[in-house]
Amino acid sequence: MEEILLQMRGICKSFPGVKALDNANLTVKRGTVHALMGENGAGKSTLMKCLFGIYAKDKGEIFLEGRPVEFASSKEALEQGVAMVHQELNQALSRTVADNLWLGRYPARVGVVRKGKMRKDTLDLFESLGFSQNPDAVAGTLSVSRRQMIEIAKAVSYDAKIIVFDEPTSSLTEQETEGLFRIIKTLRDKGCGIVYISHKMEEILRISDEVTVMRDGKTVATRPAAELTMEEIIRLMVGRELTQRFPEKAPATQENLLSVRDLTGRYAPLREVSFDLRKGEVLGVAGLDGAGRTELLELLFGLAAKERGTVTLEGREIRNSSPRAAIRNGFALLTEERRATGIFPGRSVQENTVVSRLSAYRKFGFLQEKAMKRDVDSVVQSLKVKTPSRHTPIRVLSGGNQQKVILGRWLLTNPKILLLDEPTRGIDVGAKYEIYKIIADLAKQGRGVILVSGEMPELLGVCHRILVLSAGRAAGIVQADETTQEEIMSLAAKFV
Amino acid sequence: MKSMTRTRQRDEMTPEQKTLRRKEFFINNSLYFFLIAAIVGIVIYDPRFLSTASIVNILSLSAANLPLALGIAGAIILSGTDLSAGRAVGLIACVSASLLQMAGYPNKMFPSLGVLPLPVVLLIALAIGGLIGLVNGFCVAKFRLHPFIVTLATQLILFGILLMYLMNGNNNGQSLSGLDPSYTQWITGSFLKIGGTAIPNYVFYSIAITAVIWFVWNKTVFGKNMFAVGSNEEAARVSGVNVTATIIGVFVLAGVLYGVTGFIEAARIGSNSAATGLNYELDAIAACVIGGVSFVGGIGKIRGVILGVVLLRIIFVGLTFLSIDANLQYVIKGLIILLACAIDMRKYLKKR
Repeated sequence: MEEILLQMRGICKSFPGVKALDNANLTVKRGTVHALMGENGAGKSTLMKCLFGIYAKDKGEIFLEGRPVEFASSKEALEQGVAMVHQELNQALSRTVADNLWLGRYPARVGVVRKGKMRKDTLDLFESLGFSQNPDAVAGTLSVSRRQMIEIAKAVSYDAKIIVFDEPTSSLTEQETEGLFRIIKTLRDKGCGIVYISHKMEEILRISDEVTVMRDGKTVATRPAAELTMEEIIRLMVGRELTQRFPEKAPATQENLLSVRDLTGRYAPLREVSFDLRKGEVLGVAGLDGAGRTELLELLFGLAAKERGTVTLEGREIRNSSPRAAIRNGFALLTEERRATGIFPGRSVQENTVVSRLSAYRKFGFLQEKAMKRDVDSVVQSLKVKTPSRHTPIRVLSGGNQQKVILGRWLLTNPKILLLDEPTRGIDVGAKYEIYKIIADLAKQGRGVILVSGEMPELLGVCHRILVLSAGRAAGIVQADETTQEEIMSLAAKFV
Repeated sequence: MKSMTRTRQRDEMTPEQKTLRRKEFFINNSLYFFLIAAIVGIVIYDPRFLSTASIVNILSLSAANLPLALGIAGAIILSGTDLSAGRAVGLIACVSASLLQMAGYPNKMFPSLGVLPLPVVLLIALAIGGLIGLVNGFCVAKFRLHPFIVTLATQLILFGILLMYLMNGNNNGQSLSGLDPSYTQWITGSFLKIGGTAIPNYVFYSIAITAVIWFVWNKTVFGKNMFAVGSNEEAARVSGVNVTATIIGVFVLAGVLYGVTGFIEAARIGSNSAATGLNYELDAIAACVIGGVSFVGGIGKIRGVILGVVLLRIIFVGLTFLSIDANLQYVIKGLIILLACAIDMRKYLKKR
């Protein structure tokens, strides 16, 4: 039973100035889920890219079922039964599900696609996975979890022996995650070897059989999951003790900062949501996918049109008709998709920091370099942004540091209300703690924070109270110290 | 579960939501309403606009442009464009004309050539078009240049070649006319009359070509690969699609379609010069965009291209019918293209 499916031995890979992989090893057995863990930059993705031939390795060997292999492309790997479900789904969004599934190998007769066969094969495949989905639906109209299922189905259709999941749950709700785990278990029981890359400790300990931890391009340890604890994994990953996962919460004041009444979206699926936010409070927003969590923030920030409802800030009714108006009223929004709507990738750290209040640096129509430098330096220092210089393009920073720059951007506008949408998505443990710390400090300064997150432990660990949305309506507000994950889940399902 | 919520929402629709829904319906079908409104307006001014002769005129002018527009549509679906189309048509038209001048015509470019058989010249036209497409496609796919840049360059090159070609023999840069009757007859002759108005043969050629292209786009592996590459090139590549071959294929197909257009155009106009084909690509791009072929890539339908070409033609002919000053017509055309695209764009905007 303990047969070795995939073995990567002594893999080395250098980039100019960096040794990305230094004698890394990975051994995946048949019928097991093998977690691959490590901080961002530890070399997990590089190792996988070497496996799939996206990078050429400098040294080392790869064996698939005992045979030495060397894939030139991910397509070649796929054909030999090694598949990857990407963190960023790579799909032709304007095409249908079936088109995406069979892309590159359409069943055809003299160049003419056999549509009927394609449709039937698709349905058969979905049925074998216990997954119902219209093959003619356009991929772009489906949720991330559905699209991920299509990717998994694609891997299965290639008869994959090894399936690599790269951060598969980073955009899934708890419910969808359960569905994914069921599928992973089915695949495992069929004898597949699963490589599972994730930052989420709870998941890793639940689903995996073995864990390999990487640090600085080296393999630190490979152990059975049953012998590991969360603290142990963190210690292996960061190489030091991380005593706490969440910083101390300072109590919120009783003073009311923001009152929202009957907030209803014109297009956004949000119906009559009411809540209060106090000074110094971190209010969490929980809910299933499609419950309207992101939409709530977009409505408050003037990105989405309001149908009716009132928003009162410090006793004065305000109208955020556009993000510009919202910023003037003291709101700040950290968006969910950092890469798509947060950073300006090719522009410098400095420009990314000052962009939200450029007019403040204007003198006789010219921007004052000195004033900008002062503010950027203060952000870099106070938020501990690791960057070679303030002129470095932000795209070369790690996700955690990019996120800190965006937080700094908003801090410069001195906001009263911070709307944070999944601020720690795709960020490693060490940086996560620092972001939590910043959030706690902001609250301590008397600001109000609204935190949307799909990670339950994060909501419980960081927030004072949690607003639970269900199908666009407020299902209840719970005290973070007194509630349980079960209570939140049942509230989230209230109107579904 | 999702469909249940949707039905529930429809039952609970407030009056505001109903108006919203109606508004959406108008926006989604705005092009058709626009078309109807334009026709009604012009007919009130001059009922002859809907006479058989006028309709046949609009249809034939549209048919003449359609193959070219279909070729460019392919390039746009790859989220590119093709600026060389007009000059390619011009060159091919002049070459076709020069090879099919009447024997004994005083200004014949190649006096000793006689008259070549039609199919041979047609094949030459298609080959030149295909070659132009091959060069365009190769540069786009292999050198990773944006099609805008590549075709901006090839457009200049083609014009230079065209001017040099027209200096051939004893032609000395003159317009090419005196085409052999067998050629003009095959293109502009007619076997079908409606209400006394002859429908030129090339309308039927154009319809046949459109049918073939519809099949290629919708039913073949090549067509599906074209949409996939346009929609997400990287996804297509990792799925094992030969992206290079697909890009080159799309441009070659476009070039062949310019070949057809040039071959038809030479006989349709009768007298071809260096100005033949000038700016054709701009009308075709406008028609594609009006017809919903998106520059985002991966989005477009044959019927959209047809609708765009016909709509644009109705506007052009209509403006003449309204006896609007020729200079002002340019301004109006520009405004209409802006308006039509702006309304059409609303379909794709995410409502929030």
